[in-house]
Amino acid sequence: MITVNHYLILGSLLFAISIMGLFLNRKNLVVILMAIELMLLAVNMNFIAFSHYLNDLSGQVFVFFILTVAAAESAIGLAILVLLFRNMRSIHVDDMDTLKG
Amino acid sequence: MTLIDFYPIVPEIFVLVMASLILILAAADKCPSHGYVPAMLTLAGAAVLTVLFAGLGTDALVRGLFIADPMGDVLKLATYVAAMACFAYSRAYLREHGMLRGEYFALALFAVLGMMVMISAASLLTLYLGLELLSLSLYTLVALQRDSARASEAAMKYFILGALASGLLLYGMSLLYGATGSLELAAIAQALHGQSGNTMLLTFALVFIVAGIGFKLGVAPFHMWVPDVYQGAPTAVTLFIASAPKLAAFAIVMRMLVLGLPSLMADWQMMLAVMAVASLAIGNLAAIMQTNIKRMLAYSTISHMGFLLLGVLAASIAGFAAGMFYVISYVIMTLAGFGLILHLSSKDNEADTLDAFRGLNTTHPWLAALMAIVMLSMAGLPPFLGFYAKFFVLQALVGGGWITLAVVAVLFSLIGAYYYLRVIKLMYFDAPVEGVPQIAPSGDAAGLLSANGLAVLGLGILPQGLLTVCVVAVQASL
Repeated sequence: MITVNHYLILGSLLFAISIMGLFLNRKNLVVILMAIELMLLAVNMNFIAFSHYLNDLSGQVFVFFILTVAAAESAIGLAILVLLFRNMRSIHVDDMDTLKG
Repeated sequence: MTLIDFYPIVPEIFVLVMASLILILAAADKCPSHGYVPAMLTLAGAAVLTVLFAGLGTDALVRGLFIADPMGDVLKLATYVAAMACFAYSRAYLREHGMLRGEYFALALFAVLGMMVMISAASLLTLYLGLELLSLSLYTLVALQRDSARASEAAMKYFILGALASGLLLYGMSLLYGATGSLELAAIAQALHGQSGNTMLLTFALVFIVAGIGFKLGVAPFHMWVPDVYQGAPTAVTLFIASAPKLAAFAIVMRMLVLGLPSLMADWQMMLAVMAVASLAIGNLAAIMQTNIKRMLAYSTISHMGFLLLGVLAASIAGFAAGMFYVISYVIMTLAGFGLILHLSSKDNEADTLDAFRGLNTTHPWLAALMAIVMLSMAGLPPFLGFYAKFFVLQALVGGGWITLAVVAVLFSLIGAYYYLRVIKLMYFDAPVEGVPQIAPSGDAAGLLSANGLAVLGLGILPQGLLTVCVVAVQASL
């Protein structure tokens, strides 16, 4: 029997993976964008699981909004990425170090 | 559904329509005065509509999603004024740096719309959507200077950390939804009232939500993005990021924690206390070491946001009103401070290093005097506005029995006074440095800037009016 706890554990695992992707990854910015997407999907997993077990539709409505915002967010993220590559000729995380202090 | 059902959201609809119109006209390059005049008229119109429709209509259409209350109205009016001042100060800078296009104003208006939705949010959904509308507009604004490597790096850092913050906040919201079964803040508060419930789930939810809000406010230990973004973004955008969004950030702290989670007050008070002390320490100590004035003001922002949290965590009417007074006065001071940096910048000289301010008094005594007023006010010296802002927060803290916190706050403010006074020393007692490009004011909003600087002094001498507004608004809204 799969209970809400199983979904929550899956959601938290996905969330943990995405946080690791953000902080441990020192190489490529595209991986960071993927990690951000994964984080939002982990949240969606939680919302849908709760929504199903609470018999309440508003959680699933929230998921639609999150998906829409996530699409806009990745569009902007990729646009900034292209801009960064044009200006710096690199998308390595370690090269983003001109602002410091 | 009749027309009267739309009354509470008339200002939002107006700003949305106008921002979209400006965007379309800008895309066709047909916007009058590059969008400046239409954007100003939009904000003025929104202010008139907010006053006209205050307290009118029914909430049948937006019940549970949207609150129209006096606190929201005051914060919205402050947001419009702050955005108008930003536009006026930024115009010359944008023109010189080739950014005076409709996009800037359209994006800024969408950001204003996001702030309005945040300020009036009554449910997790509207809160999140307002926050994202604001954040996405701000990421784009930072990247507006397309040929600048610094700006695009700042935009990327802002984007990544902002997205992380949204992720944390959303994860907390999903747990909160699971624990209470509702997205509406009032219903959440009701569900949590008097029940012990699943405390572990709730604690996790609260930690994630407070961390997410902390990121957005820019308080330690979630402050890493603030200095980089302030320094890397074009100064006109830094001015915008540093001013109006803080009002909305204060509003979401009030809505989320005070309206939605009053049952967990003891928990969030402790978290806010830790974050506030860390912000005061890191902000004030790190600011001393800066040589770039935008970066220095960024660290000063971190410490000011810490002070703001102190007002909220006192958790009384006086505390919330003090917090609201603090955030409004902080916005007035920041507008004057960054406005002066903008005014002093020209095409070849950003005027963002401390060295550029050496000997300013000999060349531009009036601007030096205005800068001195702003710095003294930020340091919290009487009789300036910043003193009363800090005073009211401390009064509320002591009233709530948080004596130790009040003492710590005063000590760090004393340390902080050092770097504000250093700017004044550089302007009045140092000679201009050889080799550093001289400041040549090119802004065209000198009159407004003077009025803004004098407002810092005037409201400091007569703070009672603004305080009364804050107290009445908070009382009527809780």
